[in-house]
Amino acid sequence: MSQPSALVPSMDPLTTTTPPPQRAEETRPASVAPPSAISMRGFNSWYGTNQVLHALDLEIAPRQVCGFIGPSGCGKSTLLRWINRMNDTIPGARAEGTLSLHGIDLLDKTLDVVDLRRRVGMVFQKPNPFPKSIFDNVAFGPRLHRVYSRTDLEELVEQSLRASALWNEVKDRLDSSALGLSGGQQQRLCIARAVAIGPEMLLMDEPCSALDPRSTASIEELIRELRASYTIVIVTHNMQQASRVSDATAFFYEGRLIESGPTDILFTNPKNRQTEDYVSGRFG
Amino acid sequence: MIAVAARNAADIAERGTPCSLRMRAWFEGSIKALLWSLTCFTVVTTAAIISVLAYETYGFFTIQNHPEVSVWSFFVGTEWSPLLGAQPMFGVLPLVAGTLLVTTIAGIVALPIGLMTAVYLSEYAPARRRTVLKAVLEILAGVPTVVYGFFALTFITPYLLQPLSNSFGAYNAMSAGIAVGIMILPIVCSLCEDALRAVPQSLRDGAYALGSTKFDVSAKVVVPAGLSGVIAAFLLALTRAIGETMIVALAAGGLAQLTANPTAQVQTMTAYMVQIFLGDAPAAGIEYKSSYAVAFTLFLITFFLTWIGALVLRRYREEYE
Amino acid sequence: MMSGRAIATSRRLLKNRLFLYGCLAGTSIAILVLCVLMISIAIEGWSSVSWHFLDSFASRKPAQAGIKAPLMGSVWVCVICALVAIPMGIGTAIYLEEFAKHSRIKRLIQLNISNLSGVPSIVYGILALAAFVRFFGISSSDDHWSIGDSESFFYLHFPFGPSVLAGGLTLALVILPIMIIASQEAFRSVPQSLRQGALALGSTQWQVIWRVSLPAALPTIMTGAILAMSRAIGEAAPLLVIGGFLLVFHTPTNLMSDFTVLPLQIFNWAGRPQGEFHKLAAAAILVQLVVLLVFNSAAIILRHKLQKPLQS
Repeated sequence: MSQPSALVPSMDPLTTTTPPPQRAEETRPASVAPPSAISMRGFNSWYGTNQVLHALDLEIAPRQVCGFIGPSGCGKSTLLRWINRMNDTIPGARAEGTLSLHGIDLLDKTLDVVDLRRRVGMVFQKPNPFPKSIFDNVAFGPRLHRVYSRTDLEELVEQSLRASALWNEVKDRLDSSALGLSGGQQQRLCIARAVAIGPEMLLMDEPCSALDPRSTASIEELIRELRASYTIVIVTHNMQQASRVSDATAFFYEGRLIESGPTDILFTNPKNRQTEDYVSGRFG
Repeated sequence: MIAVAARNAADIAERGTPCSLRMRAWFEGSIKALLWSLTCFTVVTTAAIISVLAYETYGFFTIQNHPEVSVWSFFVGTEWSPLLGAQPMFGVLPLVAGTLLVTTIAGIVALPIGLMTAVYLSEYAPARRRTVLKAVLEILAGVPTVVYGFFALTFITPYLLQPLSNSFGAYNAMSAGIAVGIMILPIVCSLCEDALRAVPQSLRDGAYALGSTKFDVSAKVVVPAGLSGVIAAFLLALTRAIGETMIVALAAGGLAQLTANPTAQVQTMTAYMVQIFLGDAPAAGIEYKSSYAVAFTLFLITFFLTWIGALVLRRYREEYE
Repeated sequence: MMSGRAIATSRRLLKNRLFLYGCLAGTSIAILVLCVLMISIAIEGWSSVSWHFLDSFASRKPAQAGIKAPLMGSVWVCVICALVAIPMGIGTAIYLEEFAKHSRIKRLIQLNISNLSGVPSIVYGILALAAFVRFFGISSSDDHWSIGDSESFFYLHFPFGPSVLAGGLTLALVILPIMIIASQEAFRSVPQSLRQGALALGSTQWQVIWRVSLPAALPTIMTGAILAMSRAIGEAAPLLVIGGFLLVFHTPTNLMSDFTVLPLQIFNWAGRPQGEFHKLAAAAILVQLVVLLVFNSAAIILRHKLQKPLQS
């Protein structure tokens, strides 16, 4: 806190988080995508005149879980909401610099955000199921984007609910209201809803902060399973959670990226004093 | 806000409590009793309306030497001619049908436009434009209904309807219906907007994150989620349309007939009451008393509709609070 | 498959666009209607508005007719209505929001108030006719008893008959439910923390209301009151039921005076077949709309002032 030099972001422009070896075989070899799913250079963001993100340089590798940690108000959720341009719904939000997803410029004014959001799913802090049936919640996205016959749709809903480990609990009451589910179930339903449109990437904004420990454990379990098929970015307050679920971790403080790297290194041997203080629980 | 609270609270502390505990309790108690009696006044009002209407309606049905008046013939009779001829007829259906025709036209005009405007206001309009539009709607809501009646009579009929078809007379259900529609438009709009804005932002975010367009979000998430509020808004607006008096008295005509033809003139329940109370009929006569029976019918219909509207509204409030 | 999706996407974007245009069209209709209404009435009535028009009584000759009596009648009736309905509305709201506990009875009263707000105004006219004009027939109009002499300002007789006082009370009945609902919302929007802050310092419940809740809610209440009053100014139907005076040749001098109001005068002129009277009606409407705009602007300014401290 007292050392201003520590606030300077990591000067190395390529703090690339290479996938850890044990996950490498799960990455599809046929993938011709560039090595990074998300890459940002000199990324700045403002709400009105208030700058909330300063000169971020970060690469996020595909098919792994990247955790964003940092005290509240450090801009990690803002950054997440730029990746699928949810910030478009907030008046006065703007950004400069480079932010790309597989080489697509995400700050392009002409970008089709509807298509972007189909490719990048999002799970919110508080479960937000629509006041419809469980089935209709999961089928909402597929119905938007393509026309499925009823049987295809049923299959897709089942797959998505299985993928989010909810199928066994709800298979007998797909037509009952989603609002009748418990908080943890609702959040898994929201994950199923996001998975159902076949995204490449999932953004999770503190997905467990409104849940009890048992539901949290089931969501974390789910995240570990999902990383085989999706690039996942998860924002969390909870350092234990970050260390449990993420392969790579980025630490933010006051709108700046302080340090990023493989999770085990960041947590056991941080280069930066501030990171060390934070991950060891001395502040934040 | 905290500062205000602190200041007000400090004010109170400064003044202290001047009177003894007993005095204070007495003072507080009497104020509470006074306010309670004010609250009871609303119940008394309802009771008084019902008693007056019921008493006078009873008088109408038990009037001597008029075999044509019976409860049964009143509610199912298809002819209403209390002022004409030697044999007056008191079947309320033509008046009810006239009211329904005007209300239906008003609903067709106002409900879709009102809902669309509400969606625009709650989902699309930037803050400044929203403020301006709300002000415009507020002005529309404040325009006296007699003005809309005049507008229907001197503008809608001669300049909009009669050029379309010469079957429109000077008085017709269509012009009155359109004017009533304009009158209820601001009500539909502001109540629907309240309902739509009550839908939590998190649902919109969830839908956008799935790649919804604004149309998808509005039509498939926001409107369905706020549906009970929208329905309540529709019901309350239609109730206003049913009870509207001056527009139909000016523009719909004075001939009670059982018809669904919008070019024809019709008489509504309220218009009949105006005709009677304006003094066409001798007080204490059967025609005069019949207006109370009509008023009672009108009261029951609107009371029932608002009651349902209020129930629906309360359900939707409970959903989100 | 990509092209199929691209087509589907472009179709959805088109739908999105059309929907926006639909919403815009709906919204423009509201504005358009207001403009057409104002312009058509202004064209028809402008030539008749003059000082003479404001300062003369009704006449069978259109050229000499004016709106002095209805204008003053409207002022009298609305002042009485405001003096009765606004305090009663606020009082009821205070009881319901600050004193009443959540119970079945409170819910019933609440339901009753929302039902009352849906009762057609002409039905209130019938109630007022029985209650204020005739006192439920307790005393016939021939042998009414009175207070003061008929020249004085505070002259009263019972029953009231179709007087200014009865008119004001009638309108008060009509707007009371609106007033209650608006005030209740104002009290509900006062943060609970303010009340608790004051209670924690040892103020009584009434002190909390009088010194904390009411001042905090007052701007919102006043906005609601102005809008309710703009409804009262425009009401014609219930007054037509209680009085039926369409031609009055004097301004009210005390509470028992005969009266007519602007909307009734407009109704009277609009209902006549001759075009000259339609011109007069349009002119009277212009006057009425100016009053209305003044009221609405007051409400808007008040609301604007109200929002400012929240922004800083």
